Amino acid sequence: MHYLAFYTLGWMICALACNVSAASQSAEEDAYTRSRTALIMEIEADVRETADSFGRAALDERVITVLSTVPRHAFVPVRERPFAYENRPLPIGFGQTISQPYIVAIMTDLLDPKPGDNVLEVGTGSGYQAAVLSRLVAQVYSIEIVEPLAISAKQRLAELGYDNVSVRHGDGYYGWEEHGPFDAIVVTAAAGHVPPPLIAQLKPGGRMVIPVGSRFLTQQLVLITKQMDGSIITRQLLPVVFVPLTGRH
Amino acid sequence: MSNPAHSRPPFIAVALISAAALAYELLLLRLFALAQWHHFAYMVISLALLGYGASGTFIALAQHWLLARFKMAFVISLCLFGISAVGCALIAQRVPFNPEMVLWDLRQPQRLLLIYLLLALPFFFAANAVALTLTYYRDRIPTIYAIDLLGAGIGSLSIILLLSLNFPLQVLGVIGASALLAAAIASWELKLVHARLWVLATCIGAAGLWLLADNSQLAMSPYKPLSQQLRIPGAQIVAERSSPLGVLSVVESPQVPLRDAPGLSLAALAEPPPQVGVFTDGDAMTVITDGNRPPQEYRYLDQLTSAIPYHLAPLRSVLVLGAGGGAMVLQARMQGVRDVTAVELNPQLVELVNGPYAEFAGHLYEQPGIKVHIDDARWFIAAASGNYDLIQIAFLDSFGASAGGLHALHENYLYTQESFTQLLTQLAPDGWLALTRWIDLPARDLLKLALTAAEALEKSGVSDPGAQMLLIRGWETGTLLVKNSAITAAEVERARQFAQTRSFDLDWAPGLVAAEVNRYNQLAEPIYYQAMQALLGPQRATFIADYKFDLRPAHDDRPYFFHFARLSTFPELLRLRGQGGMPLIEWGYLVLIATFLQALLVSALLILLPLWMLRRQAIAVHGQAGRTVGYFTAVGLAFLFVEIACIQRFTLLLHHPVYAVATVLTGFLVFAGLGSNYAGRLVERGRLVWGVRAAVLTIIGLITIYLFALGPIFAAVLTWPLWARAVVSLLLIMPLAFAMGMPFALGLSALARSAPGMIPWAWGVNGYASVVSAIVATLLAIHVGFSMVLLSAAALYSLAALWLPGNEPSALTRYGKVQ
Repeated sequence: MHYLAFYTLGWMICALACNVSAASQSAEEDAYTRSRTALIMEIEADVRETADSFGRAALDERVITVLSTVPRHAFVPVRERPFAYENRPLPIGFGQTISQPYIVAIMTDLLDPKPGDNVLEVGTGSGYQAAVLSRLVAQVYSIEIVEPLAISAKQRLAELGYDNVSVRHGDGYYGWEEHGPFDAIVVTAAAGHVPPPLIAQLKPGGRMVIPVGSRFLTQQLVLITKQMDGSIITRQLLPVVFVPLTGRH
Repeated sequence: MSNPAHSRPPFIAVALISAAALAYELLLLRLFALAQWHHFAYMVISLALLGYGASGTFIALAQHWLLARFKMAFVISLCLFGISAVGCALIAQRVPFNPEMVLWDLRQPQRLLLIYLLLALPFFFAANAVALTLTYYRDRIPTIYAIDLLGAGIGSLSIILLLSLNFPLQVLGVIGASALLAAAIASWELKLVHARLWVLATCIGAAGLWLLADNSQLAMSPYKPLSQQLRIPGAQIVAERSSPLGVLSVVESPQVPLRDAPGLSLAALAEPPPQVGVFTDGDAMTVITDGNRPPQEYRYLDQLTSAIPYHLAPLRSVLVLGAGGGAMVLQARMQGVRDVTAVELNPQLVELVNGPYAEFAGHLYEQPGIKVHIDDARWFIAAASGNYDLIQIAFLDSFGASAGGLHALHENYLYTQESFTQLLTQLAPDGWLALTRWIDLPARDLLKLALTAAEALEKSGVSDPGAQMLLIRGWETGTLLVKNSAITAAEVERARQFAQTRSFDLDWAPGLVAAEVNRYNQLAEPIYYQAMQALLGPQRATFIADYKFDLRPAHDDRPYFFHFARLSTFPELLRLRGQGGMPLIEWGYLVLIATFLQALLVSALLILLPLWMLRRQAIAVHGQAGRTVGYFTAVGLAFLFVEIACIQRFTLLLHHPVYAVATVLTGFLVFAGLGSNYAGRLVERGRLVWGVRAAVLTIIGLITIYLFALGPIFAAVLTWPLWARAVVSLLLIMPLAFAMGMPFALGLSALARSAPGMIPWAWGVNGYASVVSAIVATLLAIHVGFSMVLLSAAALYSLAALWLPGNEPSALTRYGKVQ
């Protein structure tokens, strides 16, 4: 069923691209759209395979829809654009990367974004994750510690019309208190530990996702949920379906 | 062209160039480990060494032309080595190669190839110089080879000294300059036309290279933790120290504090006090913590999984292995422990804490009751006579969760079953051993540690090891406790309290029930609990066999704790790369296999090519090709097998990996050089075959004896001072290396009589075999242990004895007549 929905969507996008704005949209954009569509198909198939370990059959349809509209190629350096719709992480300069789209999809889905949500992101990078989130929630606040990245992400997000994202250059450890508390927090910049101020700024019932691993490869995802009574539960998730036992008994 | 028989070979220049080339090889390992990561450094340099083999191929093909202008060709080779050594290393380190992208990005293999080619060039030129000399003065082969080995021996000692005094790029300049000085000496030794001009020009060149390297910047990968840290506003390197153990970079970050507290409980409310970071080779950060703050600021140290032993029983004496900047020492102090013994390998790190940062650290290492030892952890416990209430080992030899697979090929003697047996003997009757590591999914590190501890306990007569173990897990780290006696119910209850107040989970403790586990840090399956149950119960063998990672404990003979890969799992992981399966691939192992295949392919091509060409050029091959390739492959493989296995064995005696490498390598090269020189006398007497057989028998005899005798000998001298142990090592190496220096020289001399045109080719074959050998030795050690590496070497030497070129009786008579 999701498959069908996605197909329809893909064709709709193609149709839009071909008919409505054929004159204004370059052939290049067309190609991007087509490869984006193919990428989303791939991710959906992967997610269906991984479903068991996340306790859900497929990605939230809203997440799929958004992923198939956000132009990932606009968030990577020009020389990496040809690879923008391959399911792999890409370097964005300053020793930072943009995650594998599959991981972005899973992380976004784990945050369980709702239209009215107020979300904090620590580690803006090029702004891709923020852009994805901004189409799913009411407001995204994003903090980036590398100044040139913060400046360019801010500019890029504004140019592309992601108006509900605010980017700030600074230290994400203390969160963004004046805009908190948050329904969801995503910490994409690796932290030695979870900053206590971030836990404090998470609403009861709120969710925080932290990818653990190297700059390029996410090894596992940590999902932190604040219970209604304020207590904290974490879940450690392997993004990949990999059963450590061979099953021969 | 003068008659080579009447002139003296350029001995000094050969010795110098050999020294420089070996020093260069070891320097490149340091340089690339610093700029990139260790395992890729290993692959790059292994393949660059194929330059040695390639030189054999090149000279085999161009020998007529080159030998006609030997002097000029020799001097120019030296100059080219010097220039390319500096130039290629500087260019290669700037190639933006990123190992993590290699399976995804087609540009990465191209860049890797470029790095190989760049770094192979210097070795190619250095080897040309030596191979030309061997071919030109073919009556003096054993002496020249002896000088080559002696020079290399000097090189291996010099590089340790140079790296102790200078930063790697400065050493690069010294190596480049000494190659050009070798060229100056060669122009004088060979009485070159316009020798003075040559001397002047090369000396100017030497100065230029030295200046160039000295003024260059190291290009560190932007993905290394140090590069990342330096992007943070205000963060800067305030001090640097360099030694063969690594480059230490001290980083202060006043605007955005470091806040190192790995695995801090989510229930913690406060951040750590100010810290100064110390990176080793741009990685593996340890912190020096401000020691002058009010006590409540150190509460975070009680919110780590490693703090649990302090809550189970009163502890009077604690041993911290791998103390680094002192976090675990500080933790013990804050828990009120009076006697703390800290062991740290790197003296420069201790000097930082005691010197420039003494005040900042609150004179941590100088406080009464705190003793600091500079030693390797394993060897400290082997010789200690402790009665510790707690031995704390946190993240030692670990580069963090992200780099799990990178360490797979590092030998580690701390996490072996033998080491655990020794650790247990250092504990007080009710003492605890605490091992803290990152949580990995699927579970690996902590499970292998638990299994290693279980085996060690069983070996010391404990029937139920599970009754003495406890496992606690947070969201990021886990700590395994091993007690020297049964854990009491009261202790388990205190552990429950500790875990509950910090949102940690108990995964194993005597009396723990399934309903209690997987509460705060939930895994899809309570795999740690299940695995511990299986591993500490009757299901152990089945569980190990069914697990997709290799959990079998490491042993001193096979010291690869971090090797978890099982070949059968690779295809599944590769298939899963789209779903983020890549991080589960053990890169170290994959790289080793990749290196092996590449080396084999290049070697085979470059060995066969000249053979075909030589036949076409109608150079006498005399049906010797098969034997020659067999003989020189066997000798090349076997030499490095023995050398590598001995480095491993003698680490057990010399403790410190750097001392072990320096002593063993120098010992082997120098004594093998003397052996080669002695072989020269046998050649003069026409006793080639006898020489090879005698050498091979000696080698096989000594290997057999050493397999059994080294253990008891080491045990007898273990408490001797370092210099005495080094002398014992050299005495043990001497006869073996002396014999091992003979077969290569004797083989080449045999060729010199029967097929002199094949000398460079044989040199090349030996070069290729040496590269392949180092890789195969590691593979063998991982799978079957170092004892098998030694035995394989013995077998290869036996084969070599059968394959000596020109070994037919008729040929032998002919040699006799020539004499």
